[in-house]
Amino acid sequence: MKTNGMDDVRLMKGNEALAEAAFRAGMQAYFGYPITPQSEILEYLTLHAHEYPGVVVLQAESEVAAINMVYGAAGAGARVMISSSSPGISLMQEGLSYMASAQLPALIVNVQRGGPGLGTIQPSQADYFQAVKGGGHGDYHLLVLAPSTVQEMVDFVIEGFKLAEKYRNPVMILTDGALGQMMERVVLPPKGVLPPAPAPWATTGKPPTRERNIITSLFIQPEKMEEVNLVLQAKYAQMRESDVRYECIQTEDAEIMLVAFGLMARICQKVLELAREKGIKVGMVRPITLYPFPTTILQQLAETARVFLTVEMNAGQMVEDVRLSVNGKRPVHFYGRLGGIIPTVEEILEKLESLC
Amino acid sequence: MRDIHMEVVYQRPTTLTETPMHYCPGCGHGVVHKILMEVVEELGIQSETIGVAPVGCSVFAYDYMNIDMQEAAHGRASAVATGIKRVLPGKYVFSYQGDGDLAAIGTGETIHTVNRGENILMVFINNGIYGMTGGQMAPTTLEGMKTSTTPFGRDVRTMGFPLKITELVAQLPGAYYVTRQAVYNAQVVRKLKKALTQSFLYQRRNKGTCFVEVVSNCPSGWKMTPVEANKWLMEHMIPYYPLGDLKVPKE
Ligand SMILES: Cc1ncc(C[n+]2csc(CCOP(=O)(O)OP(=O)(O)O)c2C)c(N)n1
Repeated sequence: MKTNGMDDVRLMKGNEALAEAAFRAGMQAYFGYPITPQSEILEYLTLHAHEYPGVVVLQAESEVAAINMVYGAAGAGARVMISSSSPGISLMQEGLSYMASAQLPALIVNVQRGGPGLGTIQPSQADYFQAVKGGGHGDYHLLVLAPSTVQEMVDFVIEGFKLAEKYRNPVMILTDGALGQMMERVVLPPKGVLPPAPAPWATTGKPPTRERNIITSLFIQPEKMEEVNLVLQAKYAQMRESDVRYECIQTEDAEIMLVAFGLMARICQKVLELAREKGIKVGMVRPITLYPFPTTILQQLAETARVFLTVEMNAGQMVEDVRLSVNGKRPVHFYGRLGGIIPTVEEILEKLESLC
Repeated sequence: MRDIHMEVVYQRPTTLTETPMHYCPGCGHGVVHKILMEVVEELGIQSETIGVAPVGCSVFAYDYMNIDMQEAAHGRASAVATGIKRVLPGKYVFSYQGDGDLAAIGTGETIHTVNRGENILMVFINNGIYGMTGGQMAPTTLEGMKTSTTPFGRDVRTMGFPLKITELVAQLPGAYYVTRQAVYNAQVVRKLKKALTQSFLYQRRNKGTCFVEVVSNCPSGWKMTPVEANKWLMEHMIPYYPLGDLKVPKE
């Protein structure tokens, strides 16, 4: 990445870069609870909060309390962030469902670790289903962004707040322990990159000039509840229409199409280079928004590619969405390692060569 | 017709909407709503007050209270109120919670909210039962009391003891004002109103949490007429949950 000498360039850990970006993006409140491998976010924020008077950084008594503090603060119109890792994100699911229903914007960061259960603190992508399919109860979606570099950990904080406020919907950054812990060169945005978002619906105290504002997810009459659901569905349709993001690498002439997100996409890029050196025509699609999923481009590439290979750090989750997109037109294979193990370039290359 | 001049001596506060309340006849919730909103009107803080009503019979409080409000998940009202108060420290924030909400599923939030000394008012309606879900045992259900999940009466050997959460939070340094009030007659209602007024005034001082328990009834859940329910309340609830201040600010 080119910089012009004026840029604020630093060498930072993913978690810390994300935390710094949150300050600069005008985050007004953060609530969290320690869990490896993301505790640096809370630590960094508590260390630097005094540089941003008025910004709230609070260690809650649990993830359940923390997500409900987020609900309250977001409902009061603040730009709010919360972060955790897999088990903590599980505890937040009821709150996230409430927030989706009450249409509250907020940025949720999941620095994934291997599971199920207490699992391991090693990086994983095993929370894909939970992140993109809703996660909690009811028909809802988070908009999910998957960074694959520390720079994107920074950039997606700004994008994430923007999208959350655009849709009045929680946005999740789905990353993993490796990206959270690794150090890379980053260009930080200037302070105040994101102007405050007006929230006329927020509960800030009812002046005589307006009706009272109510934040609720309770719609006891099924007809009303269906209406609210249709409003949510219309938002998701709008997301699919205007906010699908992905990256295509050497897809034009590719016979074998790799599909990978986040950390896996970086490793697959190396696989792609080595395969190309061997004369194998490989391309790659990297979904950046995991919801809305880049269905159309995969559909289009199914016209030209012979076979797809999805690579994930889980037992095969995104591969289901790839298969839905390709819709039986081409075979879709899967390679993955589980429980916190990162697949190596060599093993992926071997799998890829078996498809030649 | 003769022209009669009538003086208005009492009327619905403007802080209450005209929506008819859904509460059962004789239920304490309606009275507490009204008193709370009278206080907000009298203090002139309607535009600066934000309420939080969690799941429970009073989840529809926002239909009746003419102020900005948030509905909260079961047990999480004080966490939601914390979130609001932290980003709007100049506003008045209160939670309005049942005993299941505040003293069972939300016990952790209750203790930690008060322990942090959040500058909010927590109104705790203790009716000794789960009203909304149809009369199951609450943490505050008295020993021997019959509910739909204690059909033979609460047996403390297997079901635990009625929880005096108010005594518990009064121990916490973050608690600024802790009191137990009631709603069974006009005299106690007047005292309750004083306690609520005091709590809002204390909130201005930024000194910690105000916690007001209201010993209330549940005629439907208790399977009694309103009159019987209030009589039973005075005979059984009040001896176990005695009224009065548990912690008052040292000026
Ligand atoms: C997570 C969750 N668990 C259970 C319920 C069901 N539920 C709704 S209200 C309630 C108890 C309400 O009792 P209380 O808080 O004492 O208030 P009351 O209705 O008596 O005023 C329960 C268990 C729920 N809504 N959410």
